[in-house]
Amino acid sequence: MESVLQSVQGFMYPNEVELQWGILIVLYPFTTGLVAGAFILASLERVFNVEAVKPTYRLALLTALAFLLVAPLPLQLHLGHPERSLEMYLTPHTESAMAMFGFVYLWYLMVVLVLEIWLDYRKDIVLMWRESSGPTRWLYGAMALWSDNISPASLALDDRIGRALTVVGIPSAFLLHGYVGFIFGSVKANPWWSTPLMPIVFLFSAIVSGIAAVMLVYMVTAWWRERAFDMGCLDTVARYLFYAFMIDFSLEMLDLIHRIYEADESFRALDFMVHTRLYTSQVLVQILAGTIVPLGMLGLVQLVQLSEKARRRIYAMAGVLTLIGVFAMRWNVVIGGQLFSKSFLGYTSYKMNFATREGLLPAILLLILPFVILAVLIRLLPPWKVQRHGAGVSG
Amino acid sequence: MNPDRRAFLQKTGKLLVLSASASVAWEAIVAGRPETAENYKMSDHWWGMVIDIDVCIGCGSCVRACKEENDVPREPLFFRTWVERYQVTPDDLEHPTVDSPNGGYDGFPVKDKVDEKVKHFYVPKLCNHCHQSPCVQVCPVGATFVSPDGVVLVDKTYCLGCRYCVQACPYGCRFIDPRTETVDKCTLCYHRITKGLTTACCETCPTGARQLGDLKNPKDPIHEFLREHHVLVLKPQMATGAKVYYNGLDGSVR
Repeated sequence: MESVLQSVQGFMYPNEVELQWGILIVLYPFTTGLVAGAFILASLERVFNVEAVKPTYRLALLTALAFLLVAPLPLQLHLGHPERSLEMYLTPHTESAMAMFGFVYLWYLMVVLVLEIWLDYRKDIVLMWRESSGPTRWLYGAMALWSDNISPASLALDDRIGRALTVVGIPSAFLLHGYVGFIFGSVKANPWWSTPLMPIVFLFSAIVSGIAAVMLVYMVTAWWRERAFDMGCLDTVARYLFYAFMIDFSLEMLDLIHRIYEADESFRALDFMVHTRLYTSQVLVQILAGTIVPLGMLGLVQLVQLSEKARRRIYAMAGVLTLIGVFAMRWNVVIGGQLFSKSFLGYTSYKMNFATREGLLPAILLLILPFVILAVLIRLLPPWKVQRHGAGVSG
Repeated sequence: MNPDRRAFLQKTGKLLVLSASASVAWEAIVAGRPETAENYKMSDHWWGMVIDIDVCIGCGSCVRACKEENDVPREPLFFRTWVERYQVTPDDLEHPTVDSPNGGYDGFPVKDKVDEKVKHFYVPKLCNHCHQSPCVQVCPVGATFVSPDGVVLVDKTYCLGCRYCVQACPYGCRFIDPRTETVDKCTLCYHRITKGLTTACCETCPTGARQLGDLKNPKDPIHEFLREHHVLVLKPQMATGAKVYYNGLDGSVR
């Protein structure tokens, strides 16, 4: 405790010295961002019939589901009284932005994602139900809700409903992540957060991170299965990533320029923070390594004819750097917003523990967990064509 | 008795009993937890405070009394009220030097050299009991609320410990009590003021720099004080409806 006090520079209100939100709250916008972004990429294929990105469609949906299942866990772990969290559903305070989280989350999880995945996979599930035996047969039977109707008429109906759901899903994905931005953007007490641009910046960085994640997951799974990459698909996904990144970068720069030019009462304090305690994570990691470098790499592919091998390497590196950059952006918003005093007269620092409830270890585990879930989902619901006994090719 | 009439009477009887219990339950819900004091009516009061910076000597009695009275954790990171010392150079009003060692609990160390050009003064801080409070707005379960008599309170049996309210308070008046993992803040000594007493901080202030006021009581001296002094609230640009009024508040105070 004394060491926290010693790290204070200038003056903090006494209750402000210890940070309230740590790395777990950094994970929350990061994971929900991946969900929203992955879903929006999937929707492109479905709604706008972009054939080129088809190989990533199901993978994107499963990635979105895997991350969405994990998204509330860091919040739950962070609460002082997790056993009371159900009260948010039972007795929500309707004026609170946070109270609406549960409803937006449930709507998105159940209505949009689960239903859409189910409709898309229903034929496969029924086929797997017919072909499997033992507990697997029971599992697929339950997943098919014990209805094996896969007549052309019923599949056509699935498709119609699925398309309608995707159309509803896009604004829902925007809502899910725009709303996460709103949680921060609406805190008028904190000038680092309080801007109406926050939901929009969060949304576009979410799209960027989601596309990058799906691109990487596609590359890793193709490599794992020893299949050739569909370069047409990768090139298209990387192009979308580049466009989304350009918009995201412009918005973030707009926010930055606006802050510098307006230079309100908080500017001096925030400017000092960016040049000192936040320099590495904001300037070096987020802006330089996590934005300008991958943007330059992706831009290069648009301008110069490069070999397939070079493009693959660029996409992999740009994807990883993008995810690091977006994670750094979430870090800088959440942690950066608490490093300075609301008196604008001083700074504190974030002491991250390792093996504690809100430490680095649970954060790492929570980042690995979605990939474990994704592996299970992929095994259960293969997103690619599977050779079946007797049934030929499906999916 | 005619079976129809019996059924009718039975139904009516049940209905009467049910509506009586419902109305009792409703009363309890609407009124929250009725105060134990028999003569205290929440709707008759609207609490606020005046702080006269010109007479605060920075002794820290209020901080000590508050911690004692309200069982506030003694660590130097948790305060329901604290005192800040400001030192302002007249030609640089925007950048005062401020300190608050242990929240002013032990008073302030005397400076060896007093610079005549620097003005200095003490600013006691506490929850402003805003009636358009951002902390109340953000609570996801409504565990923090403005009572009908204008005091911002927390139901500790309901608080999730999500800390959103701590982020939303512009004045840094909230903290998480490490013993309960729920939020804690100044209650304006609600257990005292509802019994006709003043707050612990006002009670112990040797110079009368802090005065509790009931803005609904026309005879309360707070009205005269507000009329005769140029008072300000902290960070008025936040538009929170703060009810702690400062006399002699310097423009440099944040």
